Amino acid sequence: MARSVTTQRKTINTVLAWAVGLLIFFPILWTILTSFKTEAQAINDPPIWFFFDWTLENYSVVQERSNYMKFLWNSVIIAGGSTVLGVIIAIPAAWSMAFVPSKRTKDILLWMLSTKMLPAVGVLYPIYLLFIKLGLLDSRFGLVIVLMLINLPIIVWMLYTYFREIPGEILEAARMDGATLKEEIIYVLTPMAIPGIASTLLLNVILAWNEAFWTLNLTAANAAPLTAFIASYSSPEGLFYAKLSAASVMAIAPILIMGWFSQKQLVRGLTFGAVK
Amino acid sequence: MATAQSRSAARLMMTPAVVLLLGWMLVPLIMTLYFSFKRYLPLRGGDLGWVGFENYVRFVTSSAFWPSVQTTLIIVGGVLVITICLGVLLAILLDQPMWGQGIVRILVIAPFFVMPTVSALVWKNMFMDPINGLFAHLWKFFGAEPIQWLSQASLPSLVMIVSWQWLPFATLILLTAIQSLDSEQLEAAEMDGAPALKRFWYIILPHLSRAITIVVLIQTIFLLAIFAEIFVTTGGAFGTKTLSYLIFQRVLESQNIGLGSAGGVYAIILANILAMFLMRIVGKNLD
Repeated sequence: MARSVTTQRKTINTVLAWAVGLLIFFPILWTILTSFKTEAQAINDPPIWFFFDWTLENYSVVQERSNYMKFLWNSVIIAGGSTVLGVIIAIPAAWSMAFVPSKRTKDILLWMLSTKMLPAVGVLYPIYLLFIKLGLLDSRFGLVIVLMLINLPIIVWMLYTYFREIPGEILEAARMDGATLKEEIIYVLTPMAIPGIASTLLLNVILAWNEAFWTLNLTAANAAPLTAFIASYSSPEGLFYAKLSAASVMAIAPILIMGWFSQKQLVRGLTFGAVK
Repeated sequence: MATAQSRSAARLMMTPAVVLLLGWMLVPLIMTLYFSFKRYLPLRGGDLGWVGFENYVRFVTSSAFWPSVQTTLIIVGGVLVITICLGVLLAILLDQPMWGQGIVRILVIAPFFVMPTVSALVWKNMFMDPINGLFAHLWKFFGAEPIQWLSQASLPSLVMIVSWQWLPFATLILLTAIQSLDSEQLEAAEMDGAPALKRFWYIILPHLSRAITIVVLIQTIFLLAIFAEIFVTTGGAFGTKTLSYLIFQRVLESQNIGLGSAGGVYAIILANILAMFLMRIVGKNLD
């Protein structure tokens, strides 16, 4: 008796949850479907759901016309470069705060977090001016630096929360056995912290990949990543739905896949350990 | 335990991160403050001298200021209400036993990973376009006149787009919080005959209050700064100019740096007030 009730409830839950889930996912699904249609089918009224002539033409057209590979490469360099650089700078800082805490550690962590809250428009002109003066405008290097600085607080925080879970006794044992500080970090800490470091990399690549304030305002033709590539579709190309969809799918696919692997880290990384 | 040597090593290892962030914070901040007290028009004569607080006064007395405050409040408030209410409901739903829970979770979270320019453009063209958009087809199907979403209902449209982007975030955090709820407590309440609504009101909601506060604070900080969604859809037209978009226009479009910087200082102060509340909660969790 009790079991049949649960099965019934479970069925209702399942139907309801799937309906809501598909509704939320629908814009992405629709974009993916549209990217395989011809332009005429894409704006057909009534909309065609599945029974259209599936074609890959839009993908090759977008590729040829707008040099998609260049934007993709810029995104990879900017998101990857800023994250890797940030992690390299953050590991020693997070290590020292996690294993040699002082009275001020908490204040420093909170202060770092507060720099993340600085509204970008408030410092837009100074950064813009500095970029012009230093010749960094529209350069990948400049964006790597800016995005690294933006995400550095989150990177330090995430690494700090992961490092804190590593028992300090293991490090002490290594020290007793005569490991130097450098050896301790490279051979003892890093292997244990690899899952945490990997999660940190993953989430911050996603954040940097999708960053759309600095990437739009500090780039033009040379260093523009995929965010700017899509923004250029605003008009009039945006009215070619099939091509817009193909371009969109190519811009979000890599990160969508990475994102699905990072669900758990997302909560931890974006709430700074306040919700676990 | 920690020797003096390891302490100084630790301080040394912290230095790069601290110095970089300090520079990133102070240099632009001081420059913004400096410009905010100047009449500075790069395209019309450059630096025209000190003007005291004139920019601060002019920023808040300009005709665009109060509408932009109103727009900001509507967008931030609207998105917060929608994402929190739907987020709580979704989190409770996703916490129930069901088949394919993992896949549903993935479907719900997906919008968060879509870059802002893509979601803005897909919504703008493929859904809200008054001629070929999916909504227009839907409206015509029911015999209604299609709506010019981004011009006639620009604010609700933007709230909808941004809510779609942030609902996954709220849901995911609230779901994580719900999963830490002691299920025995709920079962006991159920045995005692407490109806579902009362269980929700007296057990689940109080348990979620901290997570909700965190979602509100973090989202507010990000929502105050939304840029790409407005940039791509309306470009600030049709009453969608938020405070930060207004500052962006003053700085980069009309190149009135003094005025824009004064606006920037207001934005920084506002963000800091919000950040202080967030820090207090996060800080408590550190001990």
